[in-house]
Amino acid sequence: MATTRTLGRSGEPSLARAHRIGLETIVRREYGRIIRIWGQTLLPPVVTATLYFIIFGSLIGRRIGQMGGYDYMQFIAPGLIMMSVITNSYGNVVSSFFGAKFGKHIEELLVAPLPNWLIVLGYISGGVMRGLLVGLVVTLVSLFFTHVPVHHPLLVVASVLLTAVVFSLGGFFNAIFAKNFDQISWFPTFVLTPMTYLGGVFYSVSLLPDWAETMSYANPILYMVNAFRYGFLGASDVSLGVAFAIMGTFAIVMFTVVVTLMNRGTGIRE
Amino acid sequence: MKALSIRGLTKTYRNGVKALRGIDLDVDEGGFFALLGPNGAGKTTTIGIITSLVTKTSGSVQVFGYDIEHELARAKSCIGVVPQEINFNQFEKIFKIVVNQAGFYGLPRRKALERAEHYLRQLQLWEKRDHIARSLSGGMKRRLMIARALVHEPRLLILDEPTAGVDIEIRRSMWGFLREINGQGTTIILTTHYLEEAESLCRNIAIIDDGRIIENDTMARVIGKLSQETFVLNFREPVSDPPSLPGYVTRMTDDHTLEIDVSKEQGLNAIFGKLTESGHEVVSMRNKVNRLEELFMRLVESRGASGAGGS
Repeated sequence: MATTRTLGRSGEPSLARAHRIGLETIVRREYGRIIRIWGQTLLPPVVTATLYFIIFGSLIGRRIGQMGGYDYMQFIAPGLIMMSVITNSYGNVVSSFFGAKFGKHIEELLVAPLPNWLIVLGYISGGVMRGLLVGLVVTLVSLFFTHVPVHHPLLVVASVLLTAVVFSLGGFFNAIFAKNFDQISWFPTFVLTPMTYLGGVFYSVSLLPDWAETMSYANPILYMVNAFRYGFLGASDVSLGVAFAIMGTFAIVMFTVVVTLMNRGTGIRE
Repeated sequence: MKALSIRGLTKTYRNGVKALRGIDLDVDEGGFFALLGPNGAGKTTTIGIITSLVTKTSGSVQVFGYDIEHELARAKSCIGVVPQEINFNQFEKIFKIVVNQAGFYGLPRRKALERAEHYLRQLQLWEKRDHIARSLSGGMKRRLMIARALVHEPRLLILDEPTAGVDIEIRRSMWGFLREINGQGTTIILTTHYLEEAESLCRNIAIIDDGRIIENDTMARVIGKLSQETFVLNFREPVSDPPSLPGYVTRMTDDHTLEIDVSKEQGLNAIFGKLTESGHEVVSMRNKVNRLEELFMRLVESRGASGAGGS
């Protein structure tokens, strides 16, 4: 082990520059992880979406006819894309951050001069990246089955982005408190999936009895799915203003909560 | 300048365990410092607080003058840490682990790549750079953590049991490497169970027991406090009766081996003179235990005895 320290000391780079490089490094690492384990991250949503399109779209959908003025296949396409985005942005952050806690390599970040908000931002960027990548792949799959018009591209982008941010933060929140692998699968299985299925992915809530329709408006996923669907089809069960206000509020509140928990050391520091 | 200055540091865990009961510690810049103590004494908690992995209950910690409470980022950028347990992603490639760590410390990509290559070469891991970390041997994993800790060229390097489970050849090679790093100006703090390692490498030492510093001085002065050593002598021929050595406490452990307690005031020449006179040929001699180990055991035992008496 010869030691010739040919390289000088790093000096003190400006804080902003160091933060930018730190964030880039976390994002690059998260992107590398998504691509490295593509068989777990990108492939399963393609298979699931294809089955949904075949069963609900082609086989059952033909008998249903139209919904909200569109073919059933066109109606469910935005919902299925959004469902993949929700599941994958949540799943990416919860598994990556909990994995880092479990394997102790979260300490690499905790000992480095990075503020907690930046660590959160890095992981959230990873979740958003996977959500958008999967959303894109599922959109391509949907094109094999139906034509999906895009009425308001900016609304499509804004709603999918905000949704991915909210559910990435949700995954982070779950991972902070999780102590074992059971606890990172509990919420997606028993809360997230039912809420997504009951969030207007497969039907318009106007078809429901009054009490069920009223209850559906308490489900935030309904607003996300409908804002996204409005971007594609120009039709929605909810007010767009309310939908974006809900998504924005959730994103800000959850980011604040998660960063506060990190600052307090919850789940990561003794 | 002080590389590390700790004042009145306490830590009580949520389960009520008092890991630190108010420690004061100073480490000079450029020093090679040993922090020793039995298991559960508070060494890893102290290191955890310095590196911000553990939250202190009270007290202050300054790293090169930066207080970890008010200037944490500055303090952190001065520190490189090699923890006791493996804490890198075992499924990541070795080169990426080191490059990423450089990025977390704000090093630009090009410099990060250069530095990672430099330190992986120094620690003889360059040939393994594209291997998954999990495939490395225990000694290689330790060296990887050292390369990772050095990649941002910290002013203070903290090593928590760096040679645990490492074979003697690699351990000696790591000692040489650490001496050179220290010679180039990096302050080093080391915890170890190998007291020979601490005695061989470190110029200053603190002994911690039950959350309190019970000894803190230069290595030479601490060793000088040892009033008595036990030597083990091996005879060429079997001995039926123990040789007569007035003034010395002796024990025969078998027919070839004599243990003898020698105080600071007593020399060894007289022993050899008397043994030669009585026809005993000594073929080898060694310390019964490492000197530091003996002192360490006495300090900890005497504290234990006084603690037991007081409660």
